Amino acid sequence: MIPELGFFALILAFCFALLQTFPAGTTRIFSIAQFIFLSLSFIILEYAFIQNDFSVQYVSAHSHTDLPLMYRISAVWGGHEGSLLLWVLMLSGWGAAVAVLGRHLPARTHEILLSVLGVLSVGFLLFIILTSNPFLRSLPIAPFNGQDLNPLLQDPALIIHPPLLYMGYVGFSVAFAFAITALITGRLDPQWARWMRPWTLIAWMFLTLGIVVGSWWAYYVLGWGGWWFWDPVENASFMPWLLGCALVHSLAVVEKRNTFKRWTILLAIATFSLCLLGTFLVRSGVLTSVHAFANDPERGLYILIFLSLVMGASLLLYIFRAHLMKNNASFDYLSRETFLLINNALLVIACATVFIGTLYPLFLELFTGNKISVGPPYFTSVFVPLMIVIFIFMGFAPASKFKETSAHELLKHLIVPAVLALGLSLIMPIGIMLTVGLGAWIIVSLLENIYTRFKTLTASEYGMYCAHFGVAILLLGVGLSKQLEVEKDVYMQLGDTASAGPYEFTLAALNPGVGPNYTTTIAAINAYKKKEFVTVLYPEKRVYNVSQIAQSQTDIDPGLTRDLYVALGEQLGETQWSVRIYYKPFIRFIWLGGLLIALGALISIADKRYRIQNRTQHV
Amino acid sequence: MISFTKKHQTRAIIIVALILGLASAVGLTLYALQQNINLFFTPSDILQDAPKGQNIRMGGLVVPGSVVRSTHDLSVVFELTDTKNNITVHYTGILPDLFRENQGIVVLGKLQNDQSFLASEVLAKHDENYMPAEVVESLKRVDAYGDKQ
Repeated sequence: MIPELGFFALILAFCFALLQTFPAGTTRIFSIAQFIFLSLSFIILEYAFIQNDFSVQYVSAHSHTDLPLMYRISAVWGGHEGSLLLWVLMLSGWGAAVAVLGRHLPARTHEILLSVLGVLSVGFLLFIILTSNPFLRSLPIAPFNGQDLNPLLQDPALIIHPPLLYMGYVGFSVAFAFAITALITGRLDPQWARWMRPWTLIAWMFLTLGIVVGSWWAYYVLGWGGWWFWDPVENASFMPWLLGCALVHSLAVVEKRNTFKRWTILLAIATFSLCLLGTFLVRSGVLTSVHAFANDPERGLYILIFLSLVMGASLLLYIFRAHLMKNNASFDYLSRETFLLINNALLVIACATVFIGTLYPLFLELFTGNKISVGPPYFTSVFVPLMIVIFIFMGFAPASKFKETSAHELLKHLIVPAVLALGLSLIMPIGIMLTVGLGAWIIVSLLENIYTRFKTLTASEYGMYCAHFGVAILLLGVGLSKQLEVEKDVYMQLGDTASAGPYEFTLAALNPGVGPNYTTTIAAINAYKKKEFVTVLYPEKRVYNVSQIAQSQTDIDPGLTRDLYVALGEQLGETQWSVRIYYKPFIRFIWLGGLLIALGALISIADKRYRIQNRTQHV
Repeated sequence: MISFTKKHQTRAIIIVALILGLASAVGLTLYALQQNINLFFTPSDILQDAPKGQNIRMGGLVVPGSVVRSTHDLSVVFELTDTKNNITVHYTGILPDLFRENQGIVVLGKLQNDQSFLASEVLAKHDENYMPAEVVESLKRVDAYGDKQ
């Protein structure tokens, strides 16, 4: 009976979402009601998982009585239906947040904003109700036990990765709703940008965190020591991230200079469209991907239609209404506007190259029937040069002023960073010259900036510095780990020693073990540096009872400047195993940089000009 | 008036820069794309006509009993089948956790002169029920695989 109540709550939420689409002064109440009923529905699904109610098909497909409680809770978003429920729950959560925190907005604006969010909720709720009901029963005969959660998903990082990512994806719906509302009301000015920017920043922050956690998970769970694979599903989250990054920057120009308006609107629409496209790619399984867990063409078709409707309607609106947004500020070639324009252009181009690489196989197959895949070398060879250009401009933009900057002034600010970066890169070994040079260029020019303008800095500028510093750390991590890492796959017998970089590893012991829902072999591998003992690593090879899937558990000795990474491959004999022994210098910088970028976004939002004021002002 | 023309001049320069940037990006992209496309083949396709010496992908089922591992290093030999034809695959390295007999997998690498395949990567999907889409379709083509998937 209880699962039926969950579905009933879902339908009620759908009704409230429908009512929310009419901007008749009631959208606030309905958006909060929608959120309450979706929460109820979500809690009921959680309850079914916690209670092991295997009469619910979705529960039996993704859980098992032996599954630890923590993973039973997170198994709710381990499959398609539950992921979507979490997705709409978050959408309505953002809606409710806008309803409560947006009270300072002019009444009509607030109404339209919420009704646009209502339309999006209707679309997704209809999708769930029609194609992906998580509460479906397998009555009259319920299975005795479940089929267990995919072992790859039984991991702490995977508990938070999907929610963070969805928060980001879905969060851009608010930026999108702001853009549509601007088109409908014909108003977009610096005040408007001040309303929209914190919402955009926080969505972008979540997306950043989601991607960072996903990358970290891939690093230690997939057991190949990679942190980014240019997999279609990764790209699906990276594309809106790139455009979201452009949007955050262009909103700064709207706010400060009252220009770039139409462009900003277009960016907001495009960013959210890419979020929808990402959902389509993940959920339809049209692309070959390690993430293609569940796929169903019918579901893909629905999202594709929804995506076309959303994009078509918003672009149509754009065509008829964009002329109302006048850009009335001029700027010099040498000005922060120009540098931010370059930033936007480069980020959009970067996004386009990822887009082409990701979707090209799909189009080619559609038109010629040829099956191809685009390999990671494509992405690296296109992406790296673009990023180098971006990194160079990242030194210029913060040092320049809005409206106009003299070349002399730029030179004055940047001569020290340029000389230092060049000097530093020249004393580095050839492979890492560029990495160190670019990293130093960004960091030193940021420090110079903070030093000369220390007294006037606002929170949002500190946020920017923090995020840019994060980019520099990230770039150092990527460049240094790629150039200096040592990856060895070796054949090892008990007692054998192998070396990777300055470290030596000895296979000291192999022991069997038993977990709650798996059996395992645990190896003890001693690591030495110059004959000095460093640590013992315990990689495992688990075999899960229900699915009989083998799964490597990596063991890592982490460090700020290097990771020692060990994973068991296959058992090749009584005491012989294939073993991955990796030495990864500076790899932590990658995720540290990502976290700093997210932190920067958070600091920016704390700026006092984004504090919520009373509605009476600015109408 | 001055600001008007200046504004237009600025715009013109920006637009030219944008077009140049876009053109070079498109050029780079297409070039890189051309270099990095990996065509997909089935074992039967390979026997008919497949390019040698360039990176291609091949998909099929691992033939039971065909997996032979070395006793002193990580080299392994196995056969892939589309149920009609088999191709021998040579690989050195660690096979994925989900590699097993009768499992649908995809290998990336180069076709050798003796019609054997030298793999640089072996991919198995992270789901025991999941069959790479290309493999399912190629098996359907040889009519040995029903409508199960």
